[in-house]
Amino acid sequence: MPNQSPQALVAEEEQRLNGGPVINDFSIQVATVNGSGSQSSNTILMRSIFQMGIPVSGKNLFPSNIAGLPTWFTIRANKDGWIARRKEIDFLVAMNPETAREDVMNLDPNRVVVYEETLKLNQYRRDLSFFPVPFAKLATEITPDSRLRKLLANMIYVGVVGELLEIDPAETETALTKQFKGKAKAVALNKTALDIGRKYAKETFDRTLVPYKCQRMNATKGKIIIDGNAAAALGCMFAGVTVATWYPITPSSSLCETLADYMKDYRIEKDGKANFAIVQAEDELAAVGMAIGAGWAGARSMTSTAGPGISLMQEFIGLGYYAEIPTVIFDITRVGPSTGLPTRTQQSDILSLVYASHGDTKHIVLLPASVEECFQMGYDAFDLAERFQTPIFVMSDLDLGMNNWMSDPFNYPKKKFDRGKVLSAEDLKRLGSFRRYADVDGDGISYRTLPGTNHPAAAYFTRGSGHNENAVYSERPDDYKGNMDRLNKKYETARQHIPQPEIQYANGTNIGFLAFGTTHWAIIESLDQLQREYNTRVSYYRLRAVPFTKHLTEFFEKHDRVYLVEQNRDGQMAMLVKLELPVELVGKLRSIRHYSGIPIDARFVTDALVGAEKGEQN
Amino acid sequence: MSTTTHQPPAAPKHVNRLGFTMADYKGAESTLCAGCGHDAITAQIIKAFYEYGVEPQRVAKLSGIGCSSKTPAYFLSQSHGFNGVHGRMPSVATGVMLANKSLVSIGVSGDGDTASIGMGQFVHLLRRNVPMIYIIENNGVYGLTKGQFSATADLGSKAKSGVMNDLPAIDVCTIAIELGCNFVARSFAGDPKQMVALLKAALGHRGTALFDVISPCVTFNNHEGSTKSYKYAKDHEELLHEISFVPFFEQITVDYAEGETTDVGLHDGSHIRLRKTDKGYDPTNKGEALDTLRKCQESNEFLTGLIYINEMKPDFLTLLNMADQPLATLPQERVQPKEDDLREIMAELM
Ligand SMILES: Cc1ncc(C[n+]2csc(CCOP(=O)(O)OP(=O)(O)O)c2C)c(N)n1
Ligand code: SF4
Ligand SMILES: [Mg+2]
Repeated sequence: MPNQSPQALVAEEEQRLNGGPVINDFSIQVATVNGSGSQSSNTILMRSIFQMGIPVSGKNLFPSNIAGLPTWFTIRANKDGWIARRKEIDFLVAMNPETAREDVMNLDPNRVVVYEETLKLNQYRRDLSFFPVPFAKLATEITPDSRLRKLLANMIYVGVVGELLEIDPAETETALTKQFKGKAKAVALNKTALDIGRKYAKETFDRTLVPYKCQRMNATKGKIIIDGNAAAALGCMFAGVTVATWYPITPSSSLCETLADYMKDYRIEKDGKANFAIVQAEDELAAVGMAIGAGWAGARSMTSTAGPGISLMQEFIGLGYYAEIPTVIFDITRVGPSTGLPTRTQQSDILSLVYASHGDTKHIVLLPASVEECFQMGYDAFDLAERFQTPIFVMSDLDLGMNNWMSDPFNYPKKKFDRGKVLSAEDLKRLGSFRRYADVDGDGISYRTLPGTNHPAAAYFTRGSGHNENAVYSERPDDYKGNMDRLNKKYETARQHIPQPEIQYANGTNIGFLAFGTTHWAIIESLDQLQREYNTRVSYYRLRAVPFTKHLTEFFEKHDRVYLVEQNRDGQMAMLVKLELPVELVGKLRSIRHYSGIPIDARFVTDALVGAEKGEQN
Repeated sequence: MSTTTHQPPAAPKHVNRLGFTMADYKGAESTLCAGCGHDAITAQIIKAFYEYGVEPQRVAKLSGIGCSSKTPAYFLSQSHGFNGVHGRMPSVATGVMLANKSLVSIGVSGDGDTASIGMGQFVHLLRRNVPMIYIIENNGVYGLTKGQFSATADLGSKAKSGVMNDLPAIDVCTIAIELGCNFVARSFAGDPKQMVALLKAALGHRGTALFDVISPCVTFNNHEGSTKSYKYAKDHEELLHEISFVPFFEQITVDYAEGETTDVGLHDGSHIRLRKTDKGYDPTNKGEALDTLRKCQESNEFLTGLIYINEMKPDFLTLLNMADQPLATLPQERVQPKEDDLREIMAELM
C-alpha cells in the first residue's frame, strides 16, 4: 500500500483552507445548553443549506437531561454528498458558557468562532478567527420577556451564521416558515431576530475573513429530510400495523410518538374510528406481552424500545420464538449496559438480539443503515414476522433514529401484504383438520389459525412448554427434538427471504470492509479517502440482516483480510461472523471497533485500516 | 339383547340455546391432583359457558404459569388457548383483545401468578378495564413449585412444614375495587351453585370482571392451620347474599316475595338477582364494599358473593374508539394509506 504521511495530510488540509474560499465543504458546531430551545434554530440553519441544494447532515449530541447540561449540534455540508459525522469542526457557534473554553481549545488552527461577546473567548487562542456578538443585548432590543429573549438569541445566531456563510436569506425564511408551520406571530418574531443577526454581522464583520462559503448547487432537489424513527414509523403505517404497544425510552420514544401522529392523520376512517390501537404500556414486559398477544390473535403488531427494554423483554421473546408468534420489535440502540449513556449512540445490542432469551433461541434481525431502509425494513418486518411466525427485530441506533438525514423520497410499497400461513374456516372445511406444528410444506413453517375462526377444528392450545405437532402438551424427547429441528429449518428458510447484503467488489484488491447499520456512512467516505489519499481500493460488504447468507463466505474466500467495522467494544458482529464462517476462513477476519458513544467517522476508519495494514506488512 | 325391530326413541340430546352440547365445552383430561380445587372451578366454567350459551369459537382462553394456569387446557377445547409466561397473562390478554374485540376472553391465574410476580400487570389491567373475565384460583400457595407461601396467604396461617406466615395477606378484591374494577366477586370452589351464577354474571358484564375463588390445594395447603383448606373455608364462609342469574334470553319470573330480592341489570340485558341476607348488603356501593372487605379481613371472615358492581363505566376498547371490525381481520385496503398519502407526507419533508 502506498504511504501518505500524516504531515502530507495536514498539508492538504492547509491547502484546502489557504487556496481561497472553501465552498460547500465544512462543518458547523453549535454549542448550547440543553433545553434552551436551540433545536428549532439548528433545524432552520440545516434546512437553509439543504434548500440551497447542498448536501447536509445534522447530528445532535445531547445529554440525558431536560434542561441545563451542554448540547452540541453539528451540521455538515459537503458538496460530494458525504454525510457521516466529520470529526473536525470548522465553524463554532459558542453559546454555552460552561463549555465555551473547551470548545474553543479543541478547534484546529484557522477555524472560525462566533460567540457571545461577554464570554471573551478570544483570550484563549491567537490562531482562530473570532466573531463576537452581543446576543443577549441584541435580544433585549426585541422583547423585554426574558424567557423569549433566550430563544430569540438562538435565532439571532442563525442570522449571523447565515450572513457569514453567505446562506441565501430567502431560504432561511422559507425554512423558518416551515419550522413554525406558518404560525404568523412566531414567524414574525423570529424573522425579526434573524434580520437583527444578519444586519449586525453585515455591519460589524469582514466576511472575507471567513473561508467557508455556501454556494447554490443542485444536489438536494426532490430530497427529503427525516429522522430514522419517523421513517420507521412510516414504514409501519404503510405496512398496515394495527397494534403498537410501547414504553417510553430514549432513543426509541419518537418512533411510536411519530407513529401516533401519522396514524391520527392517515388511519382514522370515515366514521371517525381508528383502524389501529396504540397503547402506552406500564413497562416493556407489558409492551411486548401485548404485542405478542395481538400477534397471536392476528393483528400486525409491534413495539419499540432500546437496550434496557430488550433486557426486560427476554422471557417473552423466547416464548414468541418457541410458540411461534409474529410481532415486530424495534431496538433503537444506545450506549449500554444498563442505562449507560442513554443519549449516545452504539451498535451494542447485536448479540442480545440475535440470541435473545434463554434456551435454544436465535432470531432474525434486520439492520437498516439509512432512513430509506428504516422505512423499507420497517415495512418488510411485518411480512417477515407473519411469514415466519416469529418476533422480528429491526435494529437501528440513536444516530440513525434521532438525527436528521437527507434522503430520496420513499417509494410506495406496491406489494400485497404477506399475511403468512393462516388457515380460514373455509380452508378448514376443505381440510377437515390441521396440525399446528407440522411441517407440511417442508420449509419449517407450519400453518396457524386465529382465535375467532368459525370452525370446530380451528382451535389449538399455545404454550411455551413442550408440545407435539398437534399442539398437545408433550415431554417426549422425539417431540421436543423434532420441533426444535423444524424451528431450525425455518431459520434456514429465512436466510433467502430477509434483506440480502449489498456487496461491492473492488478491482485488484485483497482486502475488504464488512459493516452494517450507520457505520456504512463512515465506510463509504473512508473508501473515497483510501482511494484518494493512499491509492488503495477496498471491497465492501454491507450486512443488511442476520442470519447471514452464503455470499459472506464467498466474500471471505475472495479476500485475504476482511475488516469488520462496528460500533461496540467487543466486536459483537465479529463474534457472530466467526461462529458462522467455515473455520479455515476465520483467520481472515479483522475487527475495527468504535465505542465512544459518538457516531463513527470516516477518518477513524481510514486511520484504523491504514494502521492495521501497515502492521500486516511488517 | 332385544329381539324387537322397534327402535326406542333416541334420548333427547341436551343442547343450549346455540345448539351446543355440554361436551362441546369440555377440554382435555385434567392432570392436576385428585380433589384439587382448580378442577372444581373448571367444571363450573364448563357449566356456566354451556348454560349461558357462549359460542366456543369466539372464546380466547389465557393464562400465566402455575397449576391454576394449566386449567384452560381442561375446558373449552374448541376455543383457542394461550398459556403464556408467569404473571404476564394480563398483557397477553390485552393484546388479544386489542387485536380482536369480538372475542370473549377468559383468563385463569393463580394467587402467585397474580399477586406476586404478576402484580404490576394485574393492576394495570384493572386500571384499563380490559373486557375479560379474570379468575384467580386462590389457594394461598405456589402449588406448582411445591407449596411455598403466596402473597395471599393469611397472616398467621401455617404451612404444611409448620412454618408460620408472618406477613399480611394482599386482598386482591380490595385492590381491584380501588383501581376501578367494576365487577368484583369472590367465591369458593366448594360452592358450585354460587360460582356458576357469578360466572354467568361475569359473562354479561362489559369490562374486567374479577373473580377471586378460594380453591384449596389438597397437596400443599389443606391441613389444620391453613386458612385456605376446604374445612376452613366451609366453616368460615359468609354469604353476602344468595345469588341467582337471569339470562337476557329468559323471562324474569318472580319466586320471592317483593322486597326480599334486588335485581342488578347487566350490560347484556341479563339480571343478577340477589336475595338479601340479614346483612342487607348493597354491591353497587363502592364505599360499603371497601368497608365490608376491610372489616372481614380484620375479623378473619371469608366473605363470598358479588362484592361490587358498576355497569356504567366504559371499557378500554371503547375508550380507544376502534373500528367496529376486529383490527386483526381488516384488509390491506383499509389499513394501508394510499400512494397519494405517501406523496403528501414526502412533500412535507422536502
Ligand atoms: C419467571 C418464572 N419464575 C418462576 C417460575 C416458577 N413457578 C412456576 S408456577 C409458580 C407459582 C405458581 O403459583 P400460583 O400462581 O399460585 O399457581 P398454583 O400452582 O398455586 O395454582 C412459580 C413460582 C416460572 N415458571 N417462571
Ligand atoms: S399441587 Fe395443589 S394446586 Fe397443584 S394440582 Fe395439586 S392440589 Fe392442585
Ligand atoms: Mg396458588
